[in-house]
Amino acid sequence: MAKEMIKGNVAVAEAAVRAGLVSYFGYPITPQTELLEYLSARMPELGRAFVQAESELGAINMVYGAACTGLRTMSSSSSPGVSLMCEGISYIYGTEVPAVLVDVMRGGPGLGNISPSQADYTQVVHGGGHGEYHLIVLAPASVQEAIDLTGEAFYLAEKYRTVVVILMDGFLGQMMEPAVLPPFKPVNMESPDYAVAPKEGREKRFLTSINIDAPTQERLNIRQMSKWEEITRNEVRYQGYYLDDAEYVVVGFGTCGRIALTAVREAREKGIKIGLLRPVSLSPYPTEVLDKLAEQAKGFLVVEMNNGQMLDDVVSIVARRAPVHFYGRMGGMVPYPDEISQAIDEMVNSDAGPELDGRAKWLELMRETIGQGA
Amino acid sequence: MQYEVIIAGFGGQGTLYAGQVLAYGGMDEGRHVTWLPSYGPEMRGGTANCTVVISDDEIGSPTSLHPTAVIAMNLPSLDKYEPMVKSGGWLIVNEDLVNRVPARADINIVMVPANTIAREIGNERAANMVLLGALEANLQILPEGAIEKSLEVNTGGKLKKFVPLNIEAMRRGAEYKL
Amino acid sequence: MTDTDVKVVYQRPIGLTDVTTHYCPGCTHGVAHRLIAEVLEEMGELRNTIGVAPVGCAVFAYNYFDFDFVEAAHGRAPAMATGIKRTLPDRLVFTYQGDGDLASMGMGETVAAAARGEQITIFFINNTNYGMTGGQMAPTTLPGQKTSSSPLGRDVETQGYPIRTAEMLATLDGASYVVRRSLHDARSIRNAKRAIRTAFEIQKAGLGFSMVEFLSICPTNWGLNAPKSREWLKDHMLPYYPVGDFKVSEEAERVMKEVR
Repeated sequence: MAKEMIKGNVAVAEAAVRAGLVSYFGYPITPQTELLEYLSARMPELGRAFVQAESELGAINMVYGAACTGLRTMSSSSSPGVSLMCEGISYIYGTEVPAVLVDVMRGGPGLGNISPSQADYTQVVHGGGHGEYHLIVLAPASVQEAIDLTGEAFYLAEKYRTVVVILMDGFLGQMMEPAVLPPFKPVNMESPDYAVAPKEGREKRFLTSINIDAPTQERLNIRQMSKWEEITRNEVRYQGYYLDDAEYVVVGFGTCGRIALTAVREAREKGIKIGLLRPVSLSPYPTEVLDKLAEQAKGFLVVEMNNGQMLDDVVSIVARRAPVHFYGRMGGMVPYPDEISQAIDEMVNSDAGPELDGRAKWLELMRETIGQGA
Repeated sequence: MQYEVIIAGFGGQGTLYAGQVLAYGGMDEGRHVTWLPSYGPEMRGGTANCTVVISDDEIGSPTSLHPTAVIAMNLPSLDKYEPMVKSGGWLIVNEDLVNRVPARADINIVMVPANTIAREIGNERAANMVLLGALEANLQILPEGAIEKSLEVNTGGKLKKFVPLNIEAMRRGAEYKL
Repeated sequence: MTDTDVKVVYQRPIGLTDVTTHYCPGCTHGVAHRLIAEVLEEMGELRNTIGVAPVGCAVFAYNYFDFDFVEAAHGRAPAMATGIKRTLPDRLVFTYQGDGDLASMGMGETVAAAARGEQITIFFINNTNYGMTGGQMAPTTLPGQKTSSSPLGRDVETQGYPIRTAEMLATLDGASYVVRRSLHDARSIRNAKRAIRTAFEIQKAGLGFSMVEFLSICPTNWGLNAPKSREWLKDHMLPYYPVGDFKVSEEAERVMKEVR
């Protein structure tokens, strides 16, 4: 297969088409819009369903309806739009039907801006909507990985009858890289046996997220949690660089993870025994590998394009066995490798113990170097 | 080996396109490549720039604070990016749209009257390709002729008829080899 | 008496399950359910139909209809129906919504579906209040009408005016068939059934969006018995919400004549 130069947003859209996407519902929002625009031409051309909805509320509920037929469906949006979709995500999860959502994150809170950000880690990984639920969240760092994970997302959504989110940022959405697109999968129009797609001669089916009888709801919650347990056992994905002899470990995902790779290589050249852990599945989180690293590492540095959201997870897994430093940029700012290099140097030269409050130290640095206020 | 190139100018000068031509050339040579545009309100007129990274290995950061080379197509781009070029790196300047010579002594500076040359060969919009030709001649990021070949293979549709002009523009730019 | 003397004159339509509903005595939800089931049975479409239930009194409608159903988030039924219909265009898809669900929470989804000319049918139960949560003010509550959240009567100065949904949707080019019927007496009910048939036939023929609004009673929350509720509907609702055909596109007109 020849490589093509493809933009992240378009790559995900075409990968979804090739994975056998039957329907797409979305609403334009920067920096995700190319994805919707691309599909607005591509889906009708292939005789498949495309609707530009009236809002993200409309879009996610169209996905909900389509997901109830069990046929491949997806939506895409960016941060403020995903906030609106949280209602529908909770319902889709509660009904246990498969759907894929692409979130191309941008700076916030509020309207924020359209620059790349990772500020919605907590929203997507740890909730967002109401009720107890766990989505599968995949964070690509390159165009090729975004393509591969899109196909994977549909597979996982169907395997576990759940919602899978591809969490990326405007940076990856806009970037072009050579990549190989997968071959076309035939579209499957055969609804699975739990789905609504009426046929002569079979019993009626209904799909709902309401269980007015609390004991029934609880049994359902237990089943969903058991499913999650299985997912955490089977579906952890991460990429490690130079971890075998690492005395220091940088942890970063998506765009920030790959930027950190440049800084980690530079530090290696200087003779620092440092590695990089790039979680690919943010949910389920690569807890086990991080737990093992906490036994060997003298220090961790978490880098994110947010205020330290994944940091909380890393701190809880490392559990005071080593200091966890933090460096982040917010508001749509993307760190340069030099900034991470500096943070690495500070970690290596630091005499902080495991009780270090990485976020407090970082915030102090931000106030000093960048300042606060409008 | 890794090269980081920033191409910057006004919107409409073809900075993003020049970056894509370089990136496609890198791809066709089997290198690792990233092409990252500035996007957003910047797209509506004003400045436009892109960063192209070409490497033998997996690319970490697609951005760089210390690029190997910068093509500055206008004065604001020269002002912004001159200080960033890596020591020993390259600064390719569109001489027609700046009113000063660069001040850095620790980098290689190539002044190219790109608009004038492009006008001479029949289309002022090819100034971006003149500068790209000058960049390639000096840095030799890719084997000789690789970009021309890639242009011919990868250009389709309405742009196809501009391929000979673009190749001519690159050749004229290549004359500015230090 | 021999077997041949027994003649069934009334029975449960096969489109309804054999269970007792949770609806209050006298409520017209039962009437609307029955009419929809009868029509789908007569059309032979029971095994080709997907219903979308709302949040409100009809939240459990999927227990009563004996064909495929899904349950939407509050107000989002037209969006959910859109997703289903676009995926399975050869099935009949309808939503069944009350006035809180449709005209308050889900007005955006409703208007957008109608404007798109979505090939779905909406059945809209207008009983001027929120039944399930205990009779609060709805977008359809009449001026001066007392509800549990407008205890002094709806004051239009502070609480605004009721929405005439059918009339409003009729302004949209995408809407093919938009009518209002009432369920307060036998004749009206017969007319309502014809409108349901027409709406489904229009969807089957792919002629665009259809909606039937039903003026309904809510004896429990109105604090009136069923006969008095029907009188109240006639005296108060009919003048504000006239029965009629507000939008019948040319193609829909043809279908409507055939149904008559």
